[in-house]
Amino acid sequence: MKMTASSSMFNLGATPENHYLISRAKQFERLPSLADQGSIMVSHLRVKYRSLEALRGISFVVEPGRMVGILGPNGAGKSTLIKAMLGLIPVTSGSVLYRGQPLVDQLERVAYVPQRSQIDWTYPATVWDVVLMGRVRKSGWFRPFSTPSRHIAAAALERVGMGEFRNRPIGQLSGGQQQRVFLARALAQEADILCFDEPFVGVDQKTQTVMFDVFHELAQAGKTVLVVNHDLGQSITHFDDLILLNTELIASGTRQQVLTPENLSCAYEGQVMFFNGEAA
Amino acid sequence: MLDSLIEPLHYGFMQRSLIIAIVVGLICAVVGSYLMVQRLALLGDAISHSVLPGLAIAFMLGANIFLGAFIAGVTSTMVITWIRTRSPIKEDAAMGIVFSAFFALGITLITLIQKDNKIDLNHFLFGNILGVTVEEVVETAVIGAIVLLAVVLLYKELLFYTFDPLGAQAAGLPVNLLNFGLMVLIALTIVASMKSVGVVLVLSLLITPGATAYLLVKRLYQVMILGAVIGVVSSVSGMYLSYFYNLPSGPAIVLVVSGLFLLALLFSPSQGILTNPSPRSNTSFLLKELRGLLGLHSR
Repeated sequence: MKMTASSSMFNLGATPENHYLISRAKQFERLPSLADQGSIMVSHLRVKYRSLEALRGISFVVEPGRMVGILGPNGAGKSTLIKAMLGLIPVTSGSVLYRGQPLVDQLERVAYVPQRSQIDWTYPATVWDVVLMGRVRKSGWFRPFSTPSRHIAAAALERVGMGEFRNRPIGQLSGGQQQRVFLARALAQEADILCFDEPFVGVDQKTQTVMFDVFHELAQAGKTVLVVNHDLGQSITHFDDLILLNTELIASGTRQQVLTPENLSCAYEGQVMFFNGEAA
Repeated sequence: MLDSLIEPLHYGFMQRSLIIAIVVGLICAVVGSYLMVQRLALLGDAISHSVLPGLAIAFMLGANIFLGAFIAGVTSTMVITWIRTRSPIKEDAAMGIVFSAFFALGITLITLIQKDNKIDLNHFLFGNILGVTVEEVVETAVIGAIVLLAVVLLYKELLFYTFDPLGAQAAGLPVNLLNFGLMVLIALTIVASMKSVGVVLVLSLLITPGATAYLLVKRLYQVMILGAVIGVVSSVSGMYLSYFYNLPSGPAIVLVVSGLFLLALLFSPSQGILTNPSPRSNTSFLLKELRGLLGLHSR
């Protein structure tokens, strides 16, 4: 039975089956307003690779203007969750709605930055080529990049402090510089939802600072920032909300709600014996 | 010297060959650049070997052999994808299985046809650039124009897709359609090149010019343009070698382009093996290379 935001849901008769529906619908009574504001609603998301279950019954809501960290141990399905939400891998069941419609039908509102290891850095492209990729959709088919697109791409590159590297081949950058170029590409896309898969792996301190600055700006501008992050270090304090995973959803909510010793030991199966209470 | 190069062009067949050489050198390098950057060189080989049965069947039916070859080439990519997605077989194994099966079928069919018809298997395998007809020139030119137009119009989308397929898909680009379009362009290019280099060696014209250019320049469109120049120079030179020394045209073209690659590999200003010996090493360069070749490690 699919839940929708239609008002007819609330006018059902009082059969036992409909009682259940009505009570479920009441849980989602705030749904229409959330949908207007641009929440992402993930319900009962399930992903199976052949016989292996990668994600099981994941449901949560992400509200706009929040900086959200997706946490969990290795193999917990963090990257899989992002990819499944964006339709980059087949979903076995469940739905992902944005403004009440399937998110996969609104990908022009999404910017996704894959893990750095997924990219062939020997590809014959310069920094400028990569940032301009963020303007491919907005420029439209069968035509070169427009002048406004070039200005937007240039501004994005300046914002991440990479303006002077514009003509540098991407293979001749440090890991942090490469990540900042991808951040600039995501900015150039002018998306409402920005997803980053392990963006802090192998980057320098300067890059990390720039990235969190930009993430905060984006969140303050009402955008949604989703970051896969397996680091439980001090950087976790930057996130407003957290989603804690280990194949199943362990917890989701504000940082304080999620970062409890019970949740962490449940997610990490007792492997995290220490817990820094100040982090919450 | 110049006279001896211009003189053969008084013949009609040499004029036709020259046009074919230029078009084929150009589009192979441009389309092949996409194969190189996606690490899909083997796919070019697979498609080119797979066109043979389509060509033979079209000949038997009295249809256009270019069309038959094109359909077989595209079919092979779909069979490869089907095996890869529906079974645990990996992509390279799927390619190897499909292209050898198609190739075997093609050789069998053409051998059967050869008994009763004037059709020469060797011309399809190794090219016969000096024997092209006016219709073939027109067909090749039309294919060339379509391929170049498609690459120009879809340049930014194909750059995004071939560099970062997941990022492109997440931005809402129709990546399956782009991938299929790329396969169609590759099949068209291979079909257009059959006459000059033949299906066995067309891979060289697809990959080597782009790879040579990749050692010299840094952006995809530069790789394509310089690769096209290298491809055209090679295929025109190969055509003359074929004319003057009565060589099979395909191998002649391939030897020229491979020679140019070797020059770039050794002498590229930025990445040449001889021009840029590893700065960390204080062993003499030649000694190090020799040791490398012998499998000894200089520590």
